[in-house]
Amino acid sequence: MSADAGKPSAVYDADKPVFKTEAKVLGLPASAWPRILLPITIGIATLSGWEAVVRINDIPPYILPGPILVGKSLIQDWWTLFPSLMVTVKIMALALTVAVVGGVTLAVLFTLSKWVELSFFPYAVVLQVTPIVAIAPLILIYVDETWVALLICAWIVAFFPILSNTTLGLNSADHNLLNLFQLYGASRVQVLWHLRLPSAMPYFLGGLRIAGGLSLIGAVVAEFAAGTAGSGSGLAYRILEAGYRLNIPRMFAALIMISLTGIVIFLFFTFVSHMALRKWHESAVKREN
Amino acid sequence: MKQTVAKTEPIAGSPSGASSERPLVALSGIGKVFSNGTVALQDLNLAIGDNEFVSLLGPSGCGKSTVLRLISGLGDPSVGTIAWPREHDAGWRPQRDLGFVFQEPTLMPWATVFDNVLLPLKLAGAAKSESGDRAGEAIRQVGLAGFERSYPRELSGGMKMRVSIARALVTRPKILLMDEPFAALDEITRFKLNNDLLALWESQRWTVVFVTHSVFESVYLSSRIVVMAARPGRVIADMPIRAPYPRDEAFRTSPLYGDICREVSATLHRAMGERA
Repeated sequence: MSADAGKPSAVYDADKPVFKTEAKVLGLPASAWPRILLPITIGIATLSGWEAVVRINDIPPYILPGPILVGKSLIQDWWTLFPSLMVTVKIMALALTVAVVGGVTLAVLFTLSKWVELSFFPYAVVLQVTPIVAIAPLILIYVDETWVALLICAWIVAFFPILSNTTLGLNSADHNLLNLFQLYGASRVQVLWHLRLPSAMPYFLGGLRIAGGLSLIGAVVAEFAAGTAGSGSGLAYRILEAGYRLNIPRMFAALIMISLTGIVIFLFFTFVSHMALRKWHESAVKREN
Repeated sequence: MKQTVAKTEPIAGSPSGASSERPLVALSGIGKVFSNGTVALQDLNLAIGDNEFVSLLGPSGCGKSTVLRLISGLGDPSVGTIAWPREHDAGWRPQRDLGFVFQEPTLMPWATVFDNVLLPLKLAGAAKSESGDRAGEAIRQVGLAGFERSYPRELSGGMKMRVSIARALVTRPKILLMDEPFAALDEITRFKLNNDLLALWESQRWTVVFVTHSVFESVYLSSRIVVMAARPGRVIADMPIRAPYPRDEAFRTSPLYGDICREVSATLHRAMGERA
């Protein structure tokens, strides 16, 4: 019909590649929006419901503060809470660093020498299975410096995932590649550097993501133990302190800060892992089909 | 015990001169028993000379891959000796005179094509500038120029195998050991790689020991076919292939090719029937 004549017809043009283009809404593909909007909607609904319950029943803030009050105290108490958060983060970062260095070193020693593995692996497991809450008070008794005690506690929980994942990774090197290295007369160090360590990378990064969250938990748990003993300045100590004073909104505010920190740590290591592996590892490579 | 029916034909007009001159490698009285008690090889004798393209042909389990691994030094024979008569000659470089191509491409997924090919030179501690040139040359030889910066996952199966071959060639080996390198590839790709490998071999003339279970592939490529039987693994026939090089697609459809295939096939079936 004449009305159709002016429109570009759907003629297949061999020179132009055919792309399935998705309509974009505000710069994002339309299918991406539900993933963003749905959790936000649920979050807002829950917070509104919480606020409503608190207001309708007239619940006093020392029993259950509404989210608006929690938000307010997060802003008001920011300069009390933020330095404490930094104390906790510092302990966590230090513990994680020591766990990475120690875990990777020990994993390398394990692969280089069966004797080292046989001697030390059982104790690594013992460290892992003993609940940190149970050891923390003891460590606080025997270690004079509180921050060192905290560091040890956070390190204990962060250390094992790094060690076990890296060990698994170092042993997962392709056997044919190991043969190839042997064929070309590679030394143990060369095998380690050019083959085992790169093979272990995805495993190590997986362990790092777990250890990142765990080191925060370890630091907080240790601070609780230290806090009950009457000393400390980290975020967990603030929670304890606020609890004694029945300052429940501040407890919630501190809790939110800890959770957000945990999320940031997780996202950070997810990003690091993606950047390190995006060129070659299946987990980070975009599927094309 | 049954003796091996070694079919020894006079080597006439074939490019193999293994028996007349000093061989490149000589296996004598080789036996291999795995730790689980399986007798993989029994009393195997094989001499491989210069410029030969030797195929080890046989059913699965006949120990052809084991022979290759023993030659490469990846394992030691339980009995017998593997001699390299020219070991002490000038210009012989241990380790670097062997190239090995595995069944799988066996590439490092985290390294580019270039770095994968460079690996043997890097492990040998070769000078950086020279080894870079050599790696580039090897990549060009297998027809992958322009893919130096690609990662293995970005390549097709055939291209990955080409990288693997380039890596084996980068040390300029005297002997290239190939363990069913094209078994996992589709036929079109396999034919193409067969032709490219032959062209390379004809221009460079290293020795190739090629393990395969395909009669057609071995006849197309080889100057000599060693037929093996299983349980225990042993040589039952050593057949020179008297077809001229260069061989191309026309050879694949020639009556001569058909005749040789039929003959090798019959020998192979005798080998398999003998097993029972």
